[in-house]
Amino acid sequence: MTTKSLVSISDYKVDDYNRILQLASEFEANSYQNLLHGRVIATLFFEPSTRTRLSFESAINRLRGRVIGFADIGTTSSTKGESLHDSIRMVASYCDLIVMRHPLEGAAKYASEISPVPIINAGDGANQHPTQTLLDMYSILKTQGTLHNLKITLIGDLKYGRTVHSLIMAMMNYNPTFYFVSPPELKLPNEYKQTLAKHNIAYSEHADMQEVLDISDIVYMTRVQKERFSDPMEYEKTKNLYVLKNDMLTHTKENMKILHPLPRVNEISMCVDASPKAYYFEQAKNGVYARQAIICHLLGINI
Amino acid sequence: MGDIQGRHLIVSALKNGTVIDHIPSESLFKVISILKLETIHSQITFGTNLESKKLGSKAIIKISDKFFEQDDINKIAIIVPEAKLNIIKNYEVVEKMIVSLPDSIEGITKCFNPQCITNHEKVVPKFTVIEKSPVSLLCRYCEKITDQEHFILI
Ligand SMILES: [Zn+2]
Repeated sequence: MTTKSLVSISDYKVDDYNRILQLASEFEANSYQNLLHGRVIATLFFEPSTRTRLSFESAINRLRGRVIGFADIGTTSSTKGESLHDSIRMVASYCDLIVMRHPLEGAAKYASEISPVPIINAGDGANQHPTQTLLDMYSILKTQGTLHNLKITLIGDLKYGRTVHSLIMAMMNYNPTFYFVSPPELKLPNEYKQTLAKHNIAYSEHADMQEVLDISDIVYMTRVQKERFSDPMEYEKTKNLYVLKNDMLTHTKENMKILHPLPRVNEISMCVDASPKAYYFEQAKNGVYARQAIICHLLGINI
Repeated sequence: MGDIQGRHLIVSALKNGTVIDHIPSESLFKVISILKLETIHSQITFGTNLESKKLGSKAIIKISDKFFEQDDINKIAIIVPEAKLNIIKNYEVVEKMIVSLPDSIEGITKCFNPQCITNHEKVVPKFTVIEKSPVSLLCRYCEKITDQEHFILI
């Protein structure tokens, strides 16, 4: 298939990122337009994710597109044993673009090979969630005025967190310095560190976030889940090291912003919400603009 | 045909075709399957459990009137990197080929990730070869790495 899809963050290069981010800022300035009038977009959520689905549907509705689809596997023919192949072929004949989330890794890539309409991957298991990465990048650009030469601290589950991995790969293009803060069990996998080393990107690893908070431009928090620990005692011992509290922000930089892909559990204390450095709710809002940008980019709609 | 004489006879009897030599005995049937030899209608002779100084026990395949493209031959590289090919024309070895791993492979091994779509739908697994020795394959679907010790041949 030659149809353009967005399956993996590595499908895009710097030019594409810049184009999407530019479009997103135009949508932020003017989010309600007629651009998708007469278009039908399918949102196929083979696995539920209300947050992501609503963000996409808001993006489409604001541009006057129509949405068809399903919100979870219980309402689909998958439960009747229909293959993903057949679901995609069928739905593709009803719509102009498919947004899909699927529990299996590589599902969106496969769909993009058989679909005559573009596919947007809204999450394929633990693998990729590229629209999250683009909205993260947009949030970084918006709050810092640039993507270049930033000090980015990533905190929490760096081993399994796909948003972390994709963000590292994308931001690598802008000469960042990374600080990785995690319990020893949840360190960034070696393959990513090797890639960073190969590209001469500076990074360091830390067990305590206090070591790097004050020098960071961006602090990207993620959940540390108890289930990830083989030893529950180890979790109890370390969990408080990965909770961000208001008093820890006292000496942080003026421009520093805290991001989180949401939903949070307890890793950002509620007392942080009122801080001007807390940016995670705006970040979620940026998701709508980023998704409007991606949809129009893939459909070749000029604004 | 388990002795040296038998093997000698097989090789020398080939007028035109390809001899695949230095296959570890235990990999013979995998090679047959990867090269889809069951679809070839010309005469094919197999010998296995032949004595080999290098491999201990080796197998050999002789295929009449069949000349492989390098791309096809490379498909067996992930399981028998040591295999050697002799191209025979009019009873003479006119060319020797060695196998070398291609940059990408399709439909030879399964993806090691149980959560990969290729293990749930009828999708031919496709990999980018990121490391040749030992072999390490990047799945083009789930983006996970399958290494040599986790190969499950299809
Ligand atoms: Zn895979």
